[in-house]
Amino acid sequence: MVADERAVLAASGLGFAYAETTILDGVTFDIAAGELCCIVGQSGAGKSTLLRIAGGLLSPGAGTVHTFGLDPATARRRQLARRLAYLPQDFSLAFPFTVTEVVLMGRYAHRGRGFLGLESSADRDAAQAAMARVDVLPLAHRRWTDISGGERRRALLAQAFCQHAELLLLDEPTAALDPAHALAVMTALSTGRDGGTAAVCVTHDLNLAARFADRVLVLAAGRQVAWGPPAEILAQPEVQHAFGVPLHMGTLPGSRLPFVVPAA
Amino acid sequence: MTRARASHLSRRRLATAITVGLVVVIAALVVCPLIGAGPGGDLGLLDVGDLVRGASGEPTAAWRLYTFARLPRAVAACVVGAGLAAAGCALQSMLRNPLAEPYTLGISSGAALFAVLAIRLGADRVLGSGAIDSAAFIGAAAASFAVWQLGRVGRNLPPATLLLAGVTVAMFCAAASMLVLYTSDFAEVYRIVGWMMGGLDYTLWPALVESAVPIAVSLVALLWVARDLNALAAGADAAASVGVIAQRAMAIAFVASAIIVGASVSLAGAVGFVGLIVPHAARAVVGPDHRVMLPVSILAGGAFLVIADTLGRVALAPRELPVGIVTALMGGPFFLYVLYREKSRGRMWGAM
Repeated sequence: MVADERAVLAASGLGFAYAETTILDGVTFDIAAGELCCIVGQSGAGKSTLLRIAGGLLSPGAGTVHTFGLDPATARRRQLARRLAYLPQDFSLAFPFTVTEVVLMGRYAHRGRGFLGLESSADRDAAQAAMARVDVLPLAHRRWTDISGGERRRALLAQAFCQHAELLLLDEPTAALDPAHALAVMTALSTGRDGGTAAVCVTHDLNLAARFADRVLVLAAGRQVAWGPPAEILAQPEVQHAFGVPLHMGTLPGSRLPFVVPAA
Repeated sequence: MTRARASHLSRRRLATAITVGLVVVIAALVVCPLIGAGPGGDLGLLDVGDLVRGASGEPTAAWRLYTFARLPRAVAACVVGAGLAAAGCALQSMLRNPLAEPYTLGISSGAALFAVLAIRLGADRVLGSGAIDSAAFIGAAAASFAVWQLGRVGRNLPPATLLLAGVTVAMFCAAASMLVLYTSDFAEVYRIVGWMMGGLDYTLWPALVESAVPIAVSLVALLWVARDLNALAAGADAAASVGVIAQRAMAIAFVASAIIVGASVSLAGAVGFVGLIVPHAARAVVGPDHRVMLPVSILAGGAFLVIADTLGRVALAPRELPVGIVTALMGGPFFLYVLYREKSRGRMWGAM
């Protein structure tokens, strides 16, 4: 398959297995610059594994994946990190860094000053702007140990944002966020598209996926069930089957915003 | 209540911290060798007038004692303390475990076992004293690798299995050292025990330089990966995703730590707790950013061991305590205090 010239991420026939257990099998999709995509599916469907392969943290067992035409597993990490940011599902720190220190870790790839690599004023400005986007500026001085799960999630999003990457791979960016902040994060991702920033979000929140995603990838037991605009695919019987529960899609009166609820 | 701390590291804060640390280290290096009775001295101090006369003209007894016995010993303590503190910082971040340090991980015991074997086999007589240094380094590297392999579960190093592996390797190496002792004749036992007890008495400038150079090079290497160590505190994957070449940084930190421990053990024996206490204290004062915490730990570790060795030298004078015993006696209670304070705050480093 010849990858689309505009594709920032292209996966073809992607497979992965741990010993005898198949995690992913034959996943093929591509993401264009400035596109916002969601990967959905039941727990254990292979969503996080797919994201880790795309981020170069795991080598695929079969098929190929390219980010910006590079093989992410062998690309130089610093070079990759300037174009691609990855938000892990689990993040724990061994020591109580402050929120600002954690956010500034996202500037690693932009190289610091001197032997010890201190951050420049450009790095600090980038961190400030990223923190403002997800409303964590008031937490700047707080220690990681002293903030809540949702606040940590937002601080990590600020870390990913301040990398100034063209492709964001986000594993459950809105998990543990209250509805207002979840909406704010998705809106921030949505406006980022205008600047050409693409985002791939693993999520369980079908409402946010239906409302914000340009395209949705549905996985079930490692297989690709559907790939397309949410309005077209979420009503498909095989997608309903993939979630193990019938879904009802509707639109809110007035705003016409889509919503998805289990119909059983 | 949490003490206020700057949100991130500034050049000014780094400069202040390093300046204060340097002043403390230099003061310790100059003053500590003066402490302890000397020829013509009063109150357990060297006669400074005699010392100055010795420096400016004909060497006096006080001058000889200061420059040929006490100063090299203080510098050796400083180098070992700085190295072990830095190795503790690196291991704690890389293994994401606040209890990691060369002593608790069995790395010091591995170095000691190989050094003891080298003495028993007479390697130092055939190949010179460098043979013990090399043996200690190989032992440190082998123990590091063994602990890593024993402790890891897949790609992770859970704190419990890691410490279990460290304790296992430490006990095995200690037992093996005893076995070597048991099979040695009287003269060898005397040499080996004298060496195992460690301590810095009889430190001479040439032996000091032989150990100080590899330690200094390792310290520079660790400072070079200081920013990588910050990211590694969040795990190898999180570090890789911000652009850190995690395997390279971990390899550098591991090899540098093994070199430091090997050189330290061959110079001063197995000195414990420095790599545990100093990083904790430094982190409490300047925060966990390794770009300031690591240089501060290096300086504080140097000053700490100079002072500990001086205490060991004068506390039971004219008998001298090996510095490892002093650090253990000081370190145990301090560690319990840190543990208690963290517990009463309702949080533990590493458990978050």
